[in-house]
Parts: sequence; C-alpha cells; structure tokens
Amino acid sequence: MKEISYYPGCSLHGTAREYDDSIRGVSELLDIQLHELDDWTCCGASSAHCTDEELAIELAARNLAIAEKTDRELLVPCVACYSRFKAVEKEVKEHSKKVHFPYQGNVPIRYALDFFCDEPILEEMKKKRTRPLSGLKVACYYGCLTVRPPKVTGVREYENPQHMDRLMKCLGADPIPWSYKTDCCGASLVMTRTDIVKKLNDRLLSRAMEADADCLVTGCPMCQANLDTRQEELEKETGKKYNLPILYFTELMGLALGHKDVRKWFHRHITDPIKLLKTKGLM
Amino acid sequence: MMELNIQATQKENPFLSEVVQASGEKIQACFQCQKCSAGCPVVYAMDIYPNQLVRHIQYGHREEVLTSKTIWICASCYTCSVRCPNDIDIAKIMDVLRSLALRSGAKPGEKDIPVFHSVFLESIKSKGRIHELSLILQFKSKTKDFLKDAGLGWKMFRKGKIKLLPSRFGGGKEIQEIFNGFEKEEAR
Repeated sequence: MKEISYYPGCSLHGTAREYDDSIRGVSELLDIQLHELDDWTCCGASSAHCTDEELAIELAARNLAIAEKTDRELLVPCVACYSRFKAVEKEVKEHSKKVHFPYQGNVPIRYALDFFCDEPILEEMKKKRTRPLSGLKVACYYGCLTVRPPKVTGVREYENPQHMDRLMKCLGADPIPWSYKTDCCGASLVMTRTDIVKKLNDRLLSRAMEADADCLVTGCPMCQANLDTRQEELEKETGKKYNLPILYFTELMGLALGHKDVRKWFHRHITDPIKLLKTKGLM
Repeated sequence: MMELNIQATQKENPFLSEVVQASGEKIQACFQCQKCSAGCPVVYAMDIYPNQLVRHIQYGHREEVLTSKTIWICASCYTCSVRCPNDIDIAKIMDVLRSLALRSGAKPGEKDIPVFHSVFLESIKSKGRIHELSLILQFKSKTKDFLKDAGLGWKMFRKGKIKLLPSRFGGGKEIQEIFNGFEKEEAR
C-alpha cells in the first residue's frame, strides 16, 4: 500500500466533484491511500498571483507547510493549484524566499496526471485493467499549466507532451494526434469575458473533431468546465454540432479498471459521455 | 555578453526599473521578434500586442501600459514565456503589471476582470476556500448581470455540480493573518 498526502483544492469540492470521486476511486483500486491535508485552504489561484505576489506565496505556503509535517509526497489534482505550489517551491528553494509558515521546500509536489503516469503505476494498471477502452479515440488535452512553464513543471516535451497519450494507450484507448494539445481554453476569463472563452473553445472542439476524436481527456478542472458546459450554447451560435464529452483521465482509468461508480461520475457531466461509451460498447 | 543599451536606472526610467525589479525579468533584452504576439491565443482581444507592451515598458510609458486592456485579457497561459528567444517571462510581467495597475489607482482597461479578482480574494479571506456559488453571487451583485448564465447554473445545480454550502475549515485565523500582513503592506 502506497500512502500519499492529498490536496483536493476548491474546485474538487464543487464543480469538479467527479474528478475528486474518480481520483479517490482509482487510488483505492491501485492500493494507494490518500490522506487529505487537515484544514487546507485555497491556494490563491487564479486571483492572488495576478494582484499580489506576497499574498499568493503565503496562501500557497500555508498548505505546503501542512504537507511538510509528514514525509509523504503531496498529490495535487488541480493544475492551477499545482502551478502555484511549484512556483512557491521554486521561490523558497532556489531564491531562498522566507515565508511565514514553516515550509522549507522539501515536499515532493506531484501533479495527479504525472503521478499516475509513473511507470510502476502504469504497470499495475495494465495488470488490473478489466475493460480495455478499445476503439475509443481520445484527444489528450493537456492545456497550459500541466506543461508550462517548463522551468516550473519540469516537463521536457512541453510543445508536444506525450505522457497522457501513454496513459491512454495503457488503458487500451486510442490517443489521436492533434495540434491543439497545449492551447489555452481561456481559464478564469469565463466569468468575465465569456466571449473569449467561447471563441477558444470553439477552436479546440472543432480541431478535435477534425482529428476524428470521440472525446477530449483532461486533468484540469477549469479546462473541463469550460469545454463541457458551453457546447449547447456554442452550437446555437456557430451552427456546428460538437457533442464531444470532456472526461477526466481518472474517469477513464476508473472505467478501464471496472470501478463500480463510473456511471455516477459521468452523470455529472453537462455533455453526456454515457451515450458515446454505450455506442463503443464500453458501458 | 554585449551590454544592453536601454538602462533601467531609477532616475532615467523609473517605470522600466520598477517592472524589472518586481518581475526579475530582463525586459531590456527584447528585440521585437514578435513571437509572443504571434503565439498568443487571446491577442485578438488586446488593445496593445504583447511585443508592443514590452516596448512601451522599455520606453517607460506607465500610463499606456497600466490602463491597457492587454494586462487583464492575458490568460496566463505562458505560451509567450516559453517561446521568447530571450527567455523573458512575459506572463510573469503581466502579473506584476496587474498588481501595479491596481495599486496605481488608474482606471483599468477592462471593467469586470479586476472586480472578479477582488471578489475572489474576498471570498478566500472570509471562507478560507473558494465556495463557487458564493463567489458567483457576489460577483454578480457587483456587475448587476444576474441573467447571464442563469440557465447553465440551474443545469449545473441539477447535475450536483453546485454545492449550496461552503465546506468548513479550521484555518480562519491563519488566513486572517495572511491577509492582514497584506493589508498593512498596502497601507504603507
């Protein structure tokens, strides 16, 4: 049994509940025990770093200090939180930034996608896979902060990342090549400049369809929400038909591992994935 | 290495010097290759292109920069930062500019985006975590646009994506401390 600290972040307690549930679900099946941090608070993204750097550093450091009380690695599923934590780790470790809370930069911070792409976990998954996702063509959508900036994320193939593609292959799915893997969805502009987010989303969805994808896969709550929730509205405006389910990679892991709650997770999506998965004979 | 011609001295160019110091980025190194603007996904909505913005900073044009739409439209996707041949982290500079713009009291180039950020931070201050429903309602009470996305909100509620009550947490005192430190600094 592997043990790891867990910082869900605010979205996973709200709009991204199915991400939280599926991470907990697949971790259990893979013999990974998650320890949610006591009294964690918001990491400050996306607003603190835009308006005050000191505040942004302290909000993140408070959580990292809680995590540093144990020797465990810290699992972070939201890429915005992950990016902020890594930025603060860099400040403290490389620039000797002093923070108020007792944090020395010693917690290994693991983004959930990177963590589940570790070789031993992929091996374990191959062994435990009960329903290979054969015939499912997925467009792996990494978005921005999973890979950028590489000096923070450490990802080497940041213009054309491959790790989610490898994970999908391991589940038996067919990751299609497309050129918009790391293009931006507009993130938090959805609240204030919805027009921009819709324009970017139209482009992403259209390009994924042109590449013949059945669905998009992501590990970012913001990308998922932006792409999942506005398809109907966009269809009315552009006259196109998208109907592309936007899935968390952990949901597809759960499906391949035969988790009992997958239907519950999929029910929370605005763009229904169940119909597609039934057509593919996967549900 | 060749010496850079544009000097960032406090006396000659206070704005350039301020941005260089706060960001730690070598803004003087920009030679206008325009790669940042070419790769920017939201450039079409900006009033000043990213490469132009960097030039304005080099020239010390404080007003133009801090009242631009550009600094608020930037979605922090870091595409410009990774493609800059001079390794200038332009997205980081945008963060610094937004924070300078708020402190300067200048009228922001985008109306709602700074309001959203301030409501977001207020929400962390009072609840420790972001409770999406409270955040949205508070933001709407400031922008008075109650109808926008109401249908989508209802759909999301029915899907169990909207949590009615904020989750409980015990870190309130520490969060207050963080924000108080911040407010003291603001007053200085």
